[in-house]
Amino acid sequence: MDLKWNEFIITGDPLILGAQISILLGGIAVVAALTYFKKWSWLWKEWLTSVDHKKLGIMYILSALLMLFRGGIDGLMIRTQLAKPGMEFLDPQHYNEVFSTHGVIMILFMAMPFLIGLINYIVPLQIGARDVAFPYLNNLSFWTFFVGMALFNISFIIGGSPDAGWTGYTPLATNEFSPGPGQNYYLLAIQIAGIGTLMTGINFFVTILKMRTKGMTLMKMSMFTWTSLITMLIIIFAFPVLTVALAMQTFDRLFGSVLFTLQGDGNPMLWVNLFWVWGHPEVYIVILPAFGIFSEIISTFARKQLFAYKAMVVSIVTISVLSFLVWVHHFFTMGNSAEANSFFSITTMAISIPTGVKIFNWLFTMYRGRITFTTPMLWSLAFIPNFVIGGVTGVMLAMAAADYQYHNTYFLVSHFHYVLISGTVFACFAGLIYWYPKMFGHKLNEKIGKWAFWIFVIGFNVCFFPQYFLGLDGMPRRISTYLPEDGWTGLNMISTIGAFMMGLAFLIFVYNIYYSWRYSPREKTGDAWGLGRNLEWATTSSIPPHYNFAVLPEVTGLDPYWDMKEKGLDQQKNTDYKPIHMPSNSSTPAIMSALMGMAAFGLVFQWYWVGIVGAVGIFITMIVRSFDYNDGYYVSVEEIKETEAKANK
Amino acid sequence: MLKKLKPLSLLLFLALPLMLAGCSTPEVLDPKGPVASQQSDLIILSIIFMLTIVAVVFVLLTIILVKYRERKDHDKYSPELHGSMLLETIWTIIPIIIVVILAVPTVRTIYSLEEAPQPKTAEAANEDPLVVHATSINWKWVFTYPDEDIETVNYLHIPIHRPVEFKLTSADSMAALWIPSLGGQKYNMAGMQTTLYLQADHVGTYDGRNANFTGEGFNEQRFKVYADEEADYQQWVEDVQNSAPELTQYKYDNLLIPGVYEDGTAEFNGTHLQWIDHSKNADYTLEAWDRLGYEPKNPHAKDKSQNLLREDEIPYYQQDNTVDNSDEDMDSEEHAHAGHE
Ligand code: HEM
Ligand SMILES: [Cu+2]
Ligand SMILES: [Cu+2]
Repeated sequence: MDLKWNEFIITGDPLILGAQISILLGGIAVVAALTYFKKWSWLWKEWLTSVDHKKLGIMYILSALLMLFRGGIDGLMIRTQLAKPGMEFLDPQHYNEVFSTHGVIMILFMAMPFLIGLINYIVPLQIGARDVAFPYLNNLSFWTFFVGMALFNISFIIGGSPDAGWTGYTPLATNEFSPGPGQNYYLLAIQIAGIGTLMTGINFFVTILKMRTKGMTLMKMSMFTWTSLITMLIIIFAFPVLTVALAMQTFDRLFGSVLFTLQGDGNPMLWVNLFWVWGHPEVYIVILPAFGIFSEIISTFARKQLFAYKAMVVSIVTISVLSFLVWVHHFFTMGNSAEANSFFSITTMAISIPTGVKIFNWLFTMYRGRITFTTPMLWSLAFIPNFVIGGVTGVMLAMAAADYQYHNTYFLVSHFHYVLISGTVFACFAGLIYWYPKMFGHKLNEKIGKWAFWIFVIGFNVCFFPQYFLGLDGMPRRISTYLPEDGWTGLNMISTIGAFMMGLAFLIFVYNIYYSWRYSPREKTGDAWGLGRNLEWATTSSIPPHYNFAVLPEVTGLDPYWDMKEKGLDQQKNTDYKPIHMPSNSSTPAIMSALMGMAAFGLVFQWYWVGIVGAVGIFITMIVRSFDYNDGYYVSVEEIKETEAKANK
Repeated sequence: MLKKLKPLSLLLFLALPLMLAGCSTPEVLDPKGPVASQQSDLIILSIIFMLTIVAVVFVLLTIILVKYRERKDHDKYSPELHGSMLLETIWTIIPIIIVVILAVPTVRTIYSLEEAPQPKTAEAANEDPLVVHATSINWKWVFTYPDEDIETVNYLHIPIHRPVEFKLTSADSMAALWIPSLGGQKYNMAGMQTTLYLQADHVGTYDGRNANFTGEGFNEQRFKVYADEEADYQQWVEDVQNSAPELTQYKYDNLLIPGVYEDGTAEFNGTHLQWIDHSKNADYTLEAWDRLGYEPKNPHAKDKSQNLLREDEIPYYQQDNTVDNSDEDMDSEEHAHAGHE
């Protein structure tokens, strides 16, 4: 790539300059603080090299919140640019970069890690395990995700961001139409993060199948664990497709192959197919765990067992199978035969059947219950009507003949924001608030939380509901501006106002984290809400010790902790402690991932020697690791006694 | 809390008619031809069903939240209730029925849109559809009338009451031809041809555009469709044939350089099909760039200028490069991947 030295760092744009300065200052502040408080070694030993699923979960969630902020800023920039016709806030090139990074960040670096973070923290506890099946791999997964994320995020200050949409369609994304490093960042950053996701898929699939505590049969697992299990299965089948597709496009861009190109009989449509063979299952990867979170919260705060547990399990399994049979609905307009479009229309509509069944099961979980309106419950309740709007418009999109009119418009944009925000994002908030005392030993303030909730939910509807009408009125997605004669001004302005309301709500949410850290009372038991149903609430202390359970619980029925409480069994009375085997921390994953980041950065700019040095480094760390004979350590009975006695003091 | 939830759902219901009343009928629901109206009918049918589903869920949710919220005497609390064969069967069967009811007209419409709209009058029945090739180029539209031997840029005229058979292809990025008032979109793809039937039944000027993102100038890849009475349409064709300049290969190749068309619109005598049909040869555009000396530049490059050659500097244009397109059906490349016929 013939990049001039003065084109390496992006200059000449006040917005980007502002970001560069704030990143620099922020970075200096963090480094200074860590040095001043002498926290470097604490950070490295306690966190960065930790193989504890709980700490990794928290690190995932923190990164996801950071990305929600970054992606949110992108979103607000998009909405600002579209507030009025003919705005000159962003030029088309900059606009294209912003919506492309917005999409990638929100799906791959926000929704996925947020959910994986919650799964990391909660699922081992829910199945009564002390860690995951492969703790080392878990740390490596986190680091590959983190490095992928970091690589993707520096693109806007170094070299330029990808600008071909989160879908990266060819031939637009090939060298001829997207020259420069931007699209390379997309390919390599997602590739690295994707490897981590695939490893998480394998890790948790095995963990859930093999590490359940005594008595926990598959049909006694919590709904969140079930949805996680199925999500991991989808990851295992879907992500390899993405890996291959990204590698193919990378070959086109870096090494001159002609797989998806215009020249040499390349087949650009193959990319579109491969992308959605992964892409549609991906949207179910980010919704199924959300379904699980809502199931937990609704049944907790309605004080009832989940309605029709078996039907819920059957419907997620059905969804997971169908999710691989619908990808063509993303391009009904490609000139497919009528047979093909009819087939994929019907399979897509069929997905709404198990989804509908679930909605009614949630409603009837609350039927004859005792509903309390805590903040996590409010988020879960708001999910139902909003998700139904997203779902029914999904069915409308599934009707191929009608989709010719909705495709590529704001109608589609509104559909997927309705399902993704009211599904995934509400679930992330709900889950974080619900499990917050488990992670940090105190609740988030309910009053501030409710403010954030109402402003967000109303803002969300104000932002996205008008977009259905914009779509029907012919406004395509991804345009950077429009004309006054188009007649879209009013609704766009409303939509922008809604977006800023969501931004405000996010700030309140973050403020609540600070406020509650200062002022919330600390929890005294493991069952913070007093209504816990599953094993994560059965730990002695609010924040579980690193070994989770001093004595592994035994499960006799669904909702095992509720069951124990009903029967008057006290998990903590059992003091028949035995030494506990735990895995040791490791520093190779962080180093290996950093080397992957270096190699990928080299490839982005086609500095092959950097790539080669990085690749050699990766192999060396692998060899070092293979000579690592440390297979963990034992927590002695004394230490367990001490820890348990100190709990909740 | 509950009292706050209700207004929220009410708000949504109120917003709907308000928005419909506030602005004029959305373009897609105000069809100007038989294709768009089949789609609009299907959309309205689905909206009715969907609103019913939404209403059922909203009402049920409200009732349940009101009746079963925590209160002092919770005599209705029955924690042992966690399943009901009857209810579960009902809410599995009903969605299945709805899906079937929606699937039937959907499939019927999918098949119907694959063919030219049925003629309404006997005289129209004798007419073949008007064939127009629509070629997308970053970031302009070229419309080719092979039988009339004319070509336009960024606008087109069509006669009303006569189906138009658009032959879609692209010189470069994947685009989508979309004229919301006349019907839904379809992709234009280099190296292949897709067919889209549309028809206008009312005289008027309609907005058309590329709906599929193609990069920097995507925004401005728009065009106007003038739907005229048959006679006016014929008149326009004659005017173009009589007065428009000749299309040369050099002029055409210059259109292939990415950019917005500076002059807005244009019309030519002769068509680019004499040199290239992009649905048969996807390489052509990049070859033309080479000939003209165009090089793609990093969007963040400080110097994005191009040094394009003049016509007389390029020997290629001194020769005759006409190709034979007469055996159109024989080697027109049909789609050969999953989902295509
Ligand atoms: C009731 C179930 C659903 C149905 C029937 C459905 C149907 C569809 C259809 C047909 C499209 C393609 C429309 C087009 O491109 O013209 C689409 C797009 C999309 N859907 Fe859904 N959907 C459903 C649920 C979901 C869920 C649960 C999610 C994620 C949480 C989701 C996320 C998306 C996304 C991200 C896109 C668009 C991606 C893009 O083009 O950038 N959908 N949906
Ligand atoms: Cu999909
Ligand atoms: Cu095709």
